[in-house]
Amino acid sequence: MSKSILDSNDINRAIRRMAYEIIEKNKGIGNLCLVGIQKGGVTLANRLASQIELIENGHIEVGTLDITFYRDDLNTKSEQPVVKRTEIPCNIDDKTVVLVDDVLFTGRSIRAAMDALIDYGRPANIQLAVLIDRGHRELPIRADYAGKNIPTSFDARIEVTLEENGSSDSVILVSG
Amino acid sequence: MIQSKDLLGIKELTPEEIYLILDTAAGFKDVLMRDIKKVPPLRGKTVVSLFFEPSTRTKTSFALASKRLSADFVNFSVSTSSVVKGESLKDTALTIQALGADFVLVRHASSGVPHLLSNILDISVINAGDGANEHPTQALLDMFTIQSYKKKFKGLNVAIVGDIAHSRVAKSNIYALTKLEANVRLICPPTLTPAEVDKLGVEVHHSLDKGLKDVDVIMALRLQLERQSKGFLPSLREYFKLYGLTADSVSHAKDDAIVMHPGPMNRGVEIASSIADGNQSVILEQVTNGIAVRMAVLYLLAGVKK
Amino acid sequence: MITLIKNGHVVDPSQNIDGPMEILIKGRKIEGLYPKGKAPEAEKIIDATKCFVIPGLVDIHTHLREPGFEYKETIETGTRSAVRGGFTTVCCMPNTDPVNDNVAVTEFILDKAKKYGSCTVHPIGAITTGSNSEELTELQALIKAGCIAFSDDGRPVTNSQMMRRALEYSKIFDVPVISHCEDLQLSEGGVVNEGFVSTIVGLKGIPKAAEETMVARDLSLCELTGGKLHIAHVSTAGSVNLIRNAKSRGINVTAETCPHYYNLTDEAIISYDTNLKVNPPIRTAVDVEAIKEGIKDGTIDIIATDHAPHHFDDKQREFDSAAFGISGLETAFALSYHLVRHETIDLKQLITMMCITPSKIVGLNKGTLSPGADADIAVVNPETIYKVDSSSFLSKGKNSPFNKWTLTGSVEKTIAMGKVFDWSEK
Ligand SMILES: [Zn+2]
Repeated sequence: MSKSILDSNDINRAIRRMAYEIIEKNKGIGNLCLVGIQKGGVTLANRLASQIELIENGHIEVGTLDITFYRDDLNTKSEQPVVKRTEIPCNIDDKTVVLVDDVLFTGRSIRAAMDALIDYGRPANIQLAVLIDRGHRELPIRADYAGKNIPTSFDARIEVTLEENGSSDSVILVSG
Repeated sequence: MIQSKDLLGIKELTPEEIYLILDTAAGFKDVLMRDIKKVPPLRGKTVVSLFFEPSTRTKTSFALASKRLSADFVNFSVSTSSVVKGESLKDTALTIQALGADFVLVRHASSGVPHLLSNILDISVINAGDGANEHPTQALLDMFTIQSYKKKFKGLNVAIVGDIAHSRVAKSNIYALTKLEANVRLICPPTLTPAEVDKLGVEVHHSLDKGLKDVDVIMALRLQLERQSKGFLPSLREYFKLYGLTADSVSHAKDDAIVMHPGPMNRGVEIASSIADGNQSVILEQVTNGIAVRMAVLYLLAGVKK
Repeated sequence: MITLIKNGHVVDPSQNIDGPMEILIKGRKIEGLYPKGKAPEAEKIIDATKCFVIPGLVDIHTHLREPGFEYKETIETGTRSAVRGGFTTVCCMPNTDPVNDNVAVTEFILDKAKKYGSCTVHPIGAITTGSNSEELTELQALIKAGCIAFSDDGRPVTNSQMMRRALEYSKIFDVPVISHCEDLQLSEGGVVNEGFVSTIVGLKGIPKAAEETMVARDLSLCELTGGKLHIAHVSTAGSVNLIRNAKSRGINVTAETCPHYYNLTDEAIISYDTNLKVNPPIRTAVDVEAIKEGIKDGTIDIIATDHAPHHFDDKQREFDSAAFGISGLETAFALSYHLVRHETIDLKQLITMMCITPSKIVGLNKGTLSPGADADIAVVNPETIYKVDSSSFLSKGKNSPFNKWTLTGSVEKTIAMGKVFDWSEK
């Protein structure tokens, strides 16, 4: 059983709102850097950056972060991880880094992402932006910016697709 | 997807598995370029080296790889005398497992020892060189190095020069290169040619100049100096004249050919200093890449469901 | 004690018998053969329904390991293993510790065999003292003590002059010199056949030439001296050709091969299973075909086991340092009966190669079921299909590359010097 949660318009609205919130909270983009978590967060970070640049009429650095080596489930996953690129375009020391991911679930990926990020430098602070917050946190982590909160059952799956990656924008809930 | 808990040889790997290891190693190479060269995935794991032959290089490379992955690295020192006395290899291996190791790296002068341990042990066995059989991580780091210069393997002409018959490095490289569809030429004297080696899909040359013609990659091998006394060669001087890599012989290869050597080198025996230190040499890069590749191997094997 | 074997199909090429017969045994001897239902009363009946009743097998190449290596095998366990495999006579090689190069060792072996042996044991004496290729042993004394042939098996006679002398001197007694043909310089350090497989596994090869050069040498010396040469464990196509050629020239040579040389090829070694490590090494498919051809055309006279039992610890180790040898007595019949099933030879030829000719080569009155002969008989079921379980071998040596193989043809009962061993009852 699958159910559409957000369509293209919903997604764009959510991204626009998050862009405003990020600018607002950080009082501009002067000391800001976005980092998308491989692999769902990368496209989202780019879109969020375009939106912010449009609003602020300025440039914002966007990086990508692979957290494979920082995961805590190496032995428990049935598939072997495929390593992707990490590219942090600027020195993140004393910057405000907004980590971007598509779905926030147990919080373990975010924990890994923070560990990974800290190995690249010492940001002044780290914030978190996600498109979907589906609950079921296992760690004390919360999103600073969330596109939409969607209560789910633990076994359900959320599939986020963005048109940059092939098909059209959609968020679908597949019940487990 | 790596299927086995062990890395016994390249012989046992598929091309897809080789590529997965190389891709993963690229990720670790990035890690090694950072200020903080350590990542946590093997935290709490223990890597034990069981080397029945001395090898500072391979062991150090594995030790660094383990530490960069946050694993503990322990050296199980084997006294040569106990090996001579025939102290049971099986008992030693079981002891290491009982001590709580997750990986055992084994180097042994006798081919097939890693396979023997693999049958006895539940933990991961990594072949760090067995007899004249294989040295898989050396071949993987060589593939990684070649890939970084030549991008693809298909159709690449690679010459392996030297004592092929006794070389596990040559064997592993032959398997890797043929699996990745490179053209392999072996250049060696007939006394150091393995029996029926052409059946592995390689060309055999006894003339260095002809063999090196238009190659993209030249791999030199270390010559064990005692081969001379065993009648394989009349003298090291004659060997160098016939098979030593010099500016003259290397000039037969393509202009952008790279020169590799697994180390440690015998300068003036298999390779002239001008070549070893020359701008075609990638020998030191091989060393750096070795750590990334060994990290990839440890990391991927740790992820194999037992 | 009078025993009658009935309901069986008797095959005895020595008397040209091939049909349903009953065999009456009185004590240690065969009393007589009778058509079905015509035999006199007996105290004990052995039922051989569905079985062939054949002469007990004779192995002229067995390593019983005693004295010196009792942890590998003893005369007691080795002969039990023999009768389990249908053998009623074994000739044991002298590479014990001490080497069987003197009367005391020969007597020791025969004494042990008498006390603890399940079947007949004939020692083979060393050609040279200590098998070190330097001085001839006292052949006359050894023969008087019970040796029936001479060999430096395992430590081949490197000195050609010494081999010449052995072939010459042994003519006085008309005893065979059994040669383990191996050029030790060519084979040095080798553990497998030299070829593609040795390249693949990275183990040092033993070239076929290491065997063939010595076969050629010994054939020349045999021609020169007119001695009685028997070539042990022929493993290569080249050796078969050399022997065939020599025989065609009338040279007085006989030759043996072993079941592993016509049932295995070296490709199996890719697993590094040390149970496949044997000397001479397992060769290639070409050699296997040539060996079968040699068996078929009579170039190879007999099948011997080269039973070489080893302790587990000597085998479960590095391939390079693992011991050479296969525990062969308990699988030899089925592995050779395979040749009959696939029509390389018929059963009569197999019996000739495993009973009659081996006896002839070493001068024994064995290998026959004729009245008055020793009651040495094997009852074999040619149809039984079973899985080899080397852990259940009666030999101490469980070192078999045929473990877990499915074989056809089982030894159901063995009668050795009138004593009945029956495995069909349990
Ligand atoms: Zn022998």
